[in-house]
Amino acid sequence: MIWETIFDPFTDFGFMRRALFGCIAISVSATPVGVFLMLRRMSLTGDAMAHAILPGAAMGYLVSGLSLGAMTIGGLIAGMTVALLSGFVARVTALREDASLAAFYLISLALGVLIVSTRGSNVDLMHVLFGTVLALDNAALILLCSIASLSLLILAILFRPLVMECVDQQFLRSVSRLSALTHFTFLALVVLNLVSGFHALGTLMAVGIMILPAAAARFWAGGIGGLIVTSMSIAILSSLTGLLLSYYYSLPSGPAIILVAGIVYGISLVLGLIGGLATRIIPNNQLNT
Amino acid sequence: MALSLVAPVLAQSGQPMPVVTTFSILGDIAKRIGGEHISLTTLVGPNGDAHVYQPTPADARAASEAQVLIVNGLEFEGWLDRLIDASDFNGMKVVATADIEPIAFKEDGDHHEEDEHQGHEEDTAKEKHVNSKHEDEEGHDDHHGAFDPHAWQSLENAISYVNRITASLAESNPKKATDFYQNRATYVAEIEMLDREIRALMTNLPEGKRTVVTSHDAFGYFAVTYGLNFEAPQGMSTESEASAKDVANLIEQIRNEGISAVFIETITDNRLLEQIARETGVTIGGTLYSDALSDSNGPASTYLDMMRHNAMTLTKALSAI
Repeated sequence: MIWETIFDPFTDFGFMRRALFGCIAISVSATPVGVFLMLRRMSLTGDAMAHAILPGAAMGYLVSGLSLGAMTIGGLIAGMTVALLSGFVARVTALREDASLAAFYLISLALGVLIVSTRGSNVDLMHVLFGTVLALDNAALILLCSIASLSLLILAILFRPLVMECVDQQFLRSVSRLSALTHFTFLALVVLNLVSGFHALGTLMAVGIMILPAAAARFWAGGIGGLIVTSMSIAILSSLTGLLLSYYYSLPSGPAIILVAGIVYGISLVLGLIGGLATRIIPNNQLNT
Repeated sequence: MALSLVAPVLAQSGQPMPVVTTFSILGDIAKRIGGEHISLTTLVGPNGDAHVYQPTPADARAASEAQVLIVNGLEFEGWLDRLIDASDFNGMKVVATADIEPIAFKEDGDHHEEDEHQGHEEDTAKEKHVNSKHEDEEGHDDHHGAFDPHAWQSLENAISYVNRITASLAESNPKKATDFYQNRATYVAEIEMLDREIRALMTNLPEGKRTVVTSHDAFGYFAVTYGLNFEAPQGMSTESEASAKDVANLIEQIRNEGISAVFIETITDNRLLEQIARETGVTIGGTLYSDALSDSNGPASTYLDMMRHNAMTLTKALSAI
């Protein structure tokens, strides 16, 4: 009955298994990055970086068509350039990081649109940039899994300095020279995960699977470990539910997955045990963080 | 309408008449009729997707200078009204599909019935066609209307396109009218010959091998005229995104009906179709040209070559198995 409803689409169709597998890989690698983005008050940085990689991927597409490699490398180059330049400017000039990031991603975006237009290709790029989770082939899955493994490995190595940066950036800077390295490696992780998410969900939706589960987990878990595990679970659950909704109700898959994550966020916002609306309204239940 | 104002201006000059067509297939047809008497600009070039095209200022300039603007109609070029508004176009707008019987937009799930009832629905379809043109003027420009716009996929309709374009070119430039009609006669003869060839090819196909899977629903007219059945995961326009249900239904259909080949198209994102081919184990039968010609080195550099290429590719893959 209920189990059949959940399992049948995946036992019957390989493309559903691939879609789920790809989504799980992204959920596992992107959500911890999302948690750190949230804790460092950088949630919107994810969105800016997504715009920054878009022109790079578009250029890769123009150079060699729908090639996984070219689009990945293009996206990585564009994303890294923007991340490094904006971080560099923030550290050596008076301009704050948010302003310099905004400046560089807007330049990158405009440059991308310009190049795409002058090449005069009429194949609709937005289609290409909106990824298709239903069309993941072996090469794409291998790429997603490699990026997920790499991302988790780097995160494990950087875990302590990252947590310290979240808590007290000034302190880390005063006791260690690793602060800058940590920061840039972390930005690289953001770019890496967005590029990976872009193949499955498209550049804009990739930010959704990164940020929404992290924001929802904030209402359920306190510690960093709890946040990461909760957000991963929410992301995987959203992927599964979104794919099933797409299967049974004929909805486009990418937006379905992100909207389910959005609904989970909405529910957490109201019912969340830690700082949710309900706990604020009901007195004598001061479960603060 | 506007054409009476334009015609005298043009008749004076010996210059070729500036004509703008919206996409490569119309461009090729107009070139065959207009010959050296027109200077042709085509907005969406070879291998381009006219469903979702973004006009550029250069396009607006070309349109503003055009004496004749040839469009497909049936809401195929959703961006066209914006372009006409933005440019100072005051020439003659020719809707190439004005005289054809449009096929209603296929709804998901009842593809087969649709084909059988076609005959009965023609009259109402014609009425709705007129209505949809009114809606068009009100600015419903982002989606396809109630009708399949890919009318050029039937050579019968192509003759209607040719007649419409010839008449409007002759009206704009009466001095060259005899040339236009002469070109028309040659071209129509070629079209009719190819039409007979394709019909002969298609009648040889066995009954069970007549279902074809493509990326997007562009072959409705081909299906009706030549007796094939087309299925696609993406809808009529390349704009829509496929859902898991659409893909699953198509895979089931391929398995149940023993469909043995799928065909990719030049203008669309074919990753989804490749996934379906992998999953069902069917072969990719070849590349079809649906909404755009290939460049001059490709197998479909003219409209007639495109139709011939598509028919050959289909029969080759369908009869091979």
